[in-house]
Amino acid sequence: MTARKILLNFFHPYPTRSHIGRPLRDAAAGVPGVVVNDLYETSPDFFIDVKAEQGRLLAADVVIMQHPMYWYSCPSLMKEWIDVVLEHGFAYGVGGTALAGKGWLSCLTTGGGAEAYTHEGSNRFTIRELLAPFEQTARLCGMRYLQPFVVHGSGRLGSADVERSCKQYQELIGLLRTGSIESLEVKPDEHT
Amino acid sequence: MNTPDILKDTVVFLAAAVISVPLSKKLGLGSILGYLLAGICIGPWVLGFIGDPEGLLHFSEFGVVMFLFLVGLELKPSRLWAMRSDILGTGLAQVLFTSAAVAAATYAFTADWRLSAMAGMALSLSSTAMALQAIQERNILSTPAGEKSFSVLLFQDLAVIPMLAIVPLMAPLASGTVTPEALSAGELGAAASLWTFVKPVAVIAGIIAAGLVLTRPLFRIIASSGVREIFTATSLLLVVGIAVLMDSVGMSMALGTFLAGVLLSESEYRHELEANIEPFKSLLLGLFFISVGMSLDPTPITSSPVQVTGAVAGLMLLKGVILFGIARFRRMDNSQSLTSACLLAQASEFAFVLFGMARMNGVLDASSVSFLNVVVTLSMLLTPLVIIAHDLVNRRLFRVVPKAGPQESFHNLEDSGIIIAGYGRVGQIVSRFLHTCHFSATVLDHDPTHIEMIRKFGYKVYYGDVTRLDLLEQAGMARARMFICAIDDPDQALAAVDLVQKHFPHVQILSRCRNLSHLFGLMERKIAFASRETFSSALEIGVEALRHLGFSHYRAVRVSQRFRRLDEIGNDSLYAASRADQDISSIARAARTQLEEQLRSENAVFLEHPDRGWS
Repeated sequence: MTARKILLNFFHPYPTRSHIGRPLRDAAAGVPGVVVNDLYETSPDFFIDVKAEQGRLLAADVVIMQHPMYWYSCPSLMKEWIDVVLEHGFAYGVGGTALAGKGWLSCLTTGGGAEAYTHEGSNRFTIRELLAPFEQTARLCGMRYLQPFVVHGSGRLGSADVERSCKQYQELIGLLRTGSIESLEVKPDEHT
Repeated sequence: MNTPDILKDTVVFLAAAVISVPLSKKLGLGSILGYLLAGICIGPWVLGFIGDPEGLLHFSEFGVVMFLFLVGLELKPSRLWAMRSDILGTGLAQVLFTSAAVAAATYAFTADWRLSAMAGMALSLSSTAMALQAIQERNILSTPAGEKSFSVLLFQDLAVIPMLAIVPLMAPLASGTVTPEALSAGELGAAASLWTFVKPVAVIAGIIAAGLVLTRPLFRIIASSGVREIFTATSLLLVVGIAVLMDSVGMSMALGTFLAGVLLSESEYRHELEANIEPFKSLLLGLFFISVGMSLDPTPITSSPVQVTGAVAGLMLLKGVILFGIARFRRMDNSQSLTSACLLAQASEFAFVLFGMARMNGVLDASSVSFLNVVVTLSMLLTPLVIIAHDLVNRRLFRVVPKAGPQESFHNLEDSGIIIAGYGRVGQIVSRFLHTCHFSATVLDHDPTHIEMIRKFGYKVYYGDVTRLDLLEQAGMARARMFICAIDDPDQALAAVDLVQKHFPHVQILSRCRNLSHLFGLMERKIAFASRETFSSALEIGVEALRHLGFSHYRAVRVSQRFRRLDEIGNDSLYAASRADQDISSIARAARTQLEEQLRSENAVFLEHPDRGWS
């Protein structure tokens, strides 16, 4: 089968300060068939060219939404993107089938460690729970919600850790390109 | 020392007007009646201050001429074209029926076909000056009655041409015998009449052609000279010149200037022309009514009062009834038809011309002319009273209340109520931007070459100096809601703002500003919004510069936003200092240093963490 086309929507207001986000993005950019779209670079005044964004989505088979976790959610420009790009009649609702069947991968970097994101941990909610709005957004658009790629403890990562994570990211992307997507899908009634 | 007569006369006129007009307005009789009564008083038959009313009548006709020019200016050619069925239909019907009816009635009383024919033709016309003045005073030009009446008046102006041709043809031949001289005189008369038809058409065609081709370059050249009174002189020259031209071929002067006005109604110089001509028109029109009053010769009244009364009443009733009938036939409601009838029931001042011509050609004798002239004058005198009576009837019968509002111009103000002064780099962007949001502004600019260039791109700009109150009024400031000052020269801009604030305080003012002192001037005047014209562009360049120097786009934008905010705060404190009369330059220097220090001290943190948000 022909390799799938990957769109990486990258959301980070200050990539120069980024410990893990930017390296991950650069690693992904190195994989053939990946289009990197840096939203804070193209739309710094929060004016998103909706038609252009929708065009990018149409041209892709899998959409990666990469962002640091800001206050248990995403940076505000990503929210803006979701609000304005996923239009009724395009992404959902009557005639809104443009994204049906495409894959959605959340790529998340957090400051806290993995243990914090448990019911007993300091953040009290699991990653799956905190990503619920994005999961449901993807499902409403008829997309296949894939197992998120998460890197915890960004502030404490050494260069070896960063390198390892980048490698894993590239492998995952390779799988998205030519492998089976079903195995990566999260079933709706699954609980992690 | 002998004061020349014209100065003495002027004093008399002005005094008469000053006394009678306020009085008549106070009594609710309207200004026209005041002028008419003043004329009667100072004329040869009452107080005898003025000896020769006829020459005066002809001169003051210029008031009517200018009036029609202004009306033409406000009338778009497309609207005129839309009225053509009214003009040719209702107008023709009115002239034909009225002429026939009046002629028949006259014949029934006098059995003189020449007298009947002349009376029919001449008395079918109505007085443009009186009717239009009444229409404008009541603001009803856009009502059916106003439009129909206007169409009828326009047609009457056209009907004058054949009438003028017919009069000489009615001249009686020498007693019975057909002499060669009489025959050739008759033939000459016919040939002359044919030429009388062709000449006016040629002149009108000439005026239209010249208007379309010559006026714009002419005005641009004159306007570029920058001497304001020369433009006024040019406006007058245009109006008077056309009037004289039309007069020389025996046509209605007012028709010529009306056409000229229509041709210029789309011109960028329209507002300026209006502002220039208006004062002359008002005064001369008043003078015209005074001279109409003055030409009332009471001899026929005293010698045959019954006939005069009967004739006047009969004429006005006949005309009124026919007009009412035609209006109803054209599906106007009762109230509007009544209005139309009352507006046009009087005879026209042009009848004087026709009767005079008839007398010269031997068609009518002196006493008939005298009688007819009295009928005409009395009917004109009665018109204001008729209209007042009509207002009362309308109020009682139809419950319609006349609105006495400021002179409503057809298209003086774009619907959005926005006026933009200055169509340079700032005005153009603002205007285009508003236009995309469906707000069309009236745009004024003072540079004729500039306007010409802009108009080529299809933008609608008017020529005018916004530091002149009369131009602002013409542009419709009284009904505007917003004034955008996009003039680059700070002194002119502030003068315009002052003018608007003083005379039109309800209007919101937004302005561009050139520099800090200009900004302070605007802040002092407390206008709604001021924008420094180069600040945003400079900052945009700064953002791009930062990007090229390695900043990410988002970071550069955020820094510029902070810079803008801090700068604004700095300006506010500078302004406060300037009002407290402190030394601005040193304060400005201090403020700038402070700004830089603030940014730099934040820099260490700032460059790495422009937003002290998450992470």
